[in-house]
Amino acid sequence: MEEPTAAGAGLDAESAEWLQALAATGPGREAALERLHGMLVRIARREVARWGPRLRVIGPELEVLAYQAAADALIAITGKLGQLRGESRFTTWAYKFAIFEVSAKIGRHFWRHPAVPLDAEDWDRLPDRFGNRSRARGRVAGHPRRAAPAVDDKLTARQRAVLIAIVLNGVPLDTLVIELASNRNAIYKTLFDARRKLRAALAANGYLPGDSLRSS
Amino acid sequence: MNGWSELDEFLRTDPQDVGCAEAMEMMHIYADLVAAGAPVQERYPGFAAHLRACGPCAEDFDGLLAALRDQAK
Repeated sequence: MEEPTAAGAGLDAESAEWLQALAATGPGREAALERLHGMLVRIARREVARWGPRLRVIGPELEVLAYQAAADALIAITGKLGQLRGESRFTTWAYKFAIFEVSAKIGRHFWRHPAVPLDAEDWDRLPDRFGNRSRARGRVAGHPRRAAPAVDDKLTARQRAVLIAIVLNGVPLDTLVIELASNRNAIYKTLFDARRKLRAALAANGYLPGDSLRSS
Repeated sequence: MNGWSELDEFLRTDPQDVGCAEAMEMMHIYADLVAAGAPVQERYPGFAAHLRACGPCAEDFDGLLAALRDQAK
């Protein structure tokens, strides 16, 4: 476990107290861990409930998921205390781990219980953001199907696989992370590069305006 | 509308986009600033660009912000 360092010196008083208690030994530390665990369970439950309507999971499973996320978040937090700087409150930093753990577990849930057939490529639907599991997909009419050949010609096999899985088949990004034994950043970067290359190809063929016409 | 404009929006990438690793690393800082009403988009344009494009990070950020706002009640 990393020890808190002087880097945390800029923390507010409450955050400094948390760090001090968690870095101590004995009953004081045990009490702080118990209190923190209780907070993480509350945050994880809240986050799971936020997801609940979009998951095909019933009450007891949601509760188990929340407790598992809180337990894993607690392990992550106690292992990274030395990384906390004075740029945020301790509780915000700690909550972040609970949110990430819930996300990861929901990704695993979708991996086990896919809601979208993996062969359901559909060029008529596009998400408003990539790898999003929740938002309605906008529907576009016919012409963008002409993008399909560029996907084959311009993208690497990896880029094509990621683009098709996430964009056309609607596989959640965090689920693909598990499927490909990768991480969110790597999958996003692959998709980012695929988008850039595909757009450049379509612009070169006159289907889309060149970059000089508009900056984003 | 023939679908090309949607596809164009869909494929456009923002060079300022910081990516998931950096966004996840600094999400708690950004969340505290947003909760405090600070002008974060100007201060962290690359983070804001990422949230506009990345569903999972935006979803996590929404969850974190909701937790903070719930706590403040």
